Amino acid sequence: MSGIDRDRSRQLSVEDIDDLAAGAAFLGTGGGGDPYLGQLLARNAVLEYGMPALIEPEDLADDATVFTSAMLGAPTVLVEKAASGDDIDLSINRLAEVVGRRPDAIAPIEVGGINSTIPIVAAARLGLPLVNCDGMGRAFPEIQMVTYNVYGVPATPAVIVDEHLESVVVETGSCKRAEELVRAAAIVMGLSVMISCYPLTGRQVKDYGVADTLRIALGIGRALREGRRDGDPVDAMMRFLRTTRYYRHCYPLFDGKITDLRRETARGYTLGFCDLEALDGSGSRMQVEFQNENLVARRDGRTVAIVPDLISIVDRETGAAITTENLHYGQRVKVIGTSAAPVMRTDAALAVFGPGAFGIEEPFIPLENLATGEQA
Amino acid sequence: MRIGVDVGGTNTDAVLMDGSRVLASHKAETTANVSDGIVAAISDVLQQAGVAPASLSGVMVGTTHFTNAFVERRHLLEVGVLRLGLPASRGLPPMIDWPQDLAAAVGRHHYLLEGGYQFDGREISPLDEAGVLAAARELKRKGIRSAAISCIFSPVKDDMEERAAALLRSEVPDLAISLSSRIGRIGLLERENAAIMNASLAQLAQDVVGSFRSALDQLAITAPFYISQNDGTLMTAEFVAQYPVLTFASGPTNSMRGAAYLSGLEDAIVVDIGGTTADVGVLSGSFPRESTVSVDIGGVRTNFRMPDILAVGLGGGSEVSEDGARVGPRSVGYQLRSRARVFGGDVLTATDIAVAAGYAAIGDASRVAALPPAVVERAVARIHALITEAVDRMKTSAAAMPLILVGGGAVLVNRAIPGASEVVVPEHAGVANAIGASIAQVGGEIDKVYAYDNVSREQALEEAKAEACANAVAAGAAATTVRVVDLEELPLNYMPGNAVRVRVKAAGDLEQ
Repeated sequence: MSGIDRDRSRQLSVEDIDDLAAGAAFLGTGGGGDPYLGQLLARNAVLEYGMPALIEPEDLADDATVFTSAMLGAPTVLVEKAASGDDIDLSINRLAEVVGRRPDAIAPIEVGGINSTIPIVAAARLGLPLVNCDGMGRAFPEIQMVTYNVYGVPATPAVIVDEHLESVVVETGSCKRAEELVRAAAIVMGLSVMISCYPLTGRQVKDYGVADTLRIALGIGRALREGRRDGDPVDAMMRFLRTTRYYRHCYPLFDGKITDLRRETARGYTLGFCDLEALDGSGSRMQVEFQNENLVARRDGRTVAIVPDLISIVDRETGAAITTENLHYGQRVKVIGTSAAPVMRTDAALAVFGPGAFGIEEPFIPLENLATGEQA
Repeated sequence: MRIGVDVGGTNTDAVLMDGSRVLASHKAETTANVSDGIVAAISDVLQQAGVAPASLSGVMVGTTHFTNAFVERRHLLEVGVLRLGLPASRGLPPMIDWPQDLAAAVGRHHYLLEGGYQFDGREISPLDEAGVLAAARELKRKGIRSAAISCIFSPVKDDMEERAAALLRSEVPDLAISLSSRIGRIGLLERENAAIMNASLAQLAQDVVGSFRSALDQLAITAPFYISQNDGTLMTAEFVAQYPVLTFASGPTNSMRGAAYLSGLEDAIVVDIGGTTADVGVLSGSFPRESTVSVDIGGVRTNFRMPDILAVGLGGGSEVSEDGARVGPRSVGYQLRSRARVFGGDVLTATDIAVAAGYAAIGDASRVAALPPAVVERAVARIHALITEAVDRMKTSAAAMPLILVGGGAVLVNRAIPGASEVVVPEHAGVANAIGASIAQVGGEIDKVYAYDNVSREQALEEAKAEACANAVAAGAAATTVRVVDLEELPLNYMPGNAVRVRVKAAGDLEQ
């Protein structure tokens, strides 16, 4: 196979999958679906087909072909109807037919939630290496909310496949339109489908991908696991995040209990609001606004973190990330704010997945500035 | 008048209640033959109060028997597992995440068949009826007596599970069948796990319910009897014989409900101290706060409604180090009455410390009179520190809350607990779990997906509430007392038609 410097690849272990899923749940910022299922799917596939090699973007030749692989649907459907395996194969094989090239490697489109582990299944089944990068550095709800799109790489041709191995090929000039077409087909197909989209070159992966995110997810999971053994998983995770290249601005935004959870339709979106009250008796309050992912955190009325920076709600004892559909009145949680990768904070990127893309009429201010503003 | 019974791993407790009055109570060791312990406990309370069996209107039983059996892998049947959903869901076969020993105990008799529904009730595939019949014949040939049936999105539509059950029965009439839609919520693996667990307990459920019944027959009690389930509501004996898994967390639920009832407090921390562990939970509106994370039972992931409980290794039988600095988690457990010093044994236990400190009059106090006061003080301080820490972890706010102490080990605590506004030890605290069983209500539930674009929200909620209430009445609640106790709406992101998953729980007093 051409296009890859094989020597630099390093093997993952089956145990790594659990850590990776735990870290991906944190990077999912409330969305991305139940990572436990992804973990089981990956473990099952790896036991049968062997663990794929993990390679770095710079290991790819500029003209190498890279496909993404993901599950698309609704989190509540995924927990009933997960991928089978041959649906994953077909989405990739069909895309190869459409573009006329076989992939040299598989890359995750998003590192948050279940879609961090689906590419492991795909790579294992097809005997391809897996690239240590993604297109979001977190989770987002829609296909166009990807760095590749920001910098002009089309999402299509895209292939979606359902459990009956029916496939739909989507070809359009606009990533936003691709989202609409794919979503419409996915509904007919039962809202749990496999997708392979964003056929990429090695050059595009190197230039526009959010590098190193699989390893970072793995490191987050490992820090949590070791922190649980040593007594403070949340602190251990934050200490690790500060050593990484994107997520080094990382703050505990709140330590509290969920006092109310409301969902309402506004601005044409289903919005969720999670109200928290501090546990220290100070009377301080926080509101986290979410759609599929957490979007804005406001402490006592002041914005302290806003999309695309990462806002994660974690169990205050175990550090386990809680997805928005699993938030519940009475939970005792910590809210952690983490800086997004620089490639996701440019004006072009903010136009695609900044506050305005979610109907929030507030400018993006980096979390570290919001935090320093407060300290001053 | 009614009787509440709690059959635990160590003790069998009974209370005789007249309205809200406790007429008599009894605590005895659980016997190897469960029925003997129940007969002893019930006949004692009847005798104490001079009440004839004929004047009883009901007997309510709480038991941890099924949980213990599953966790200890005892008395489990091999199970045939039918999953309806192909070609979907092959990536995650049944029992994929079960511990090896447990999977071996229930066997790996799996049949993945065509069938299943989409989120909106459309069929994934028509049911493979021939496949179901073939599976039935194979189960028959293998001599398997219990089967679990799961189906994708069966909480939305259960027709295929029902049809498959009918087909199985047509081939193997005496097969015990557990349907996932009757047991669990959305989440195929967890719901299927619960159905398989349930199926593995089918024989034990028949036996235990049979032995409860024979105990009552022996006592000439003709009143109906009920068994309490995880959420503090009751099931008929016939229902438990079919769905034993629904009793899995009833132990802590009963003791917390009993604590609320005895103390008259609706919002409080409850600490139930037994022989080996203290269970700490939170009452909210006189019901236990439920856990929001998936609950592992014996290493298997489920999505049951379970009370949020923190278990701490502190009980009446907890072993205390010579210097008094360490208390638990090792415990003499059910051997307290032979091995603790106040009972003539040679192990220093938390109970001995309570006696030496003058908190409790149990056994022979002279046997601990020589303990150095510094050792006693250190151990007392340690016991209170353990409770304080557990209470603090379970509390959701810094504000002080009342603390209710129940269980046989309640005597261990005799000082103020920081973070507790008061410490309440109600009368009859030792049998709070049996009282909790005796006051249990009858519940009904519904968990469905509605598209608010097709049916208005008001109409959908009304329909869901009515269905939950009807389920409660069908389960034996008096229609006039049924009310909705819990309602949850969960919008399903990305789904068309403004789809919302609605869960409603209703409960009411037992029809007399």
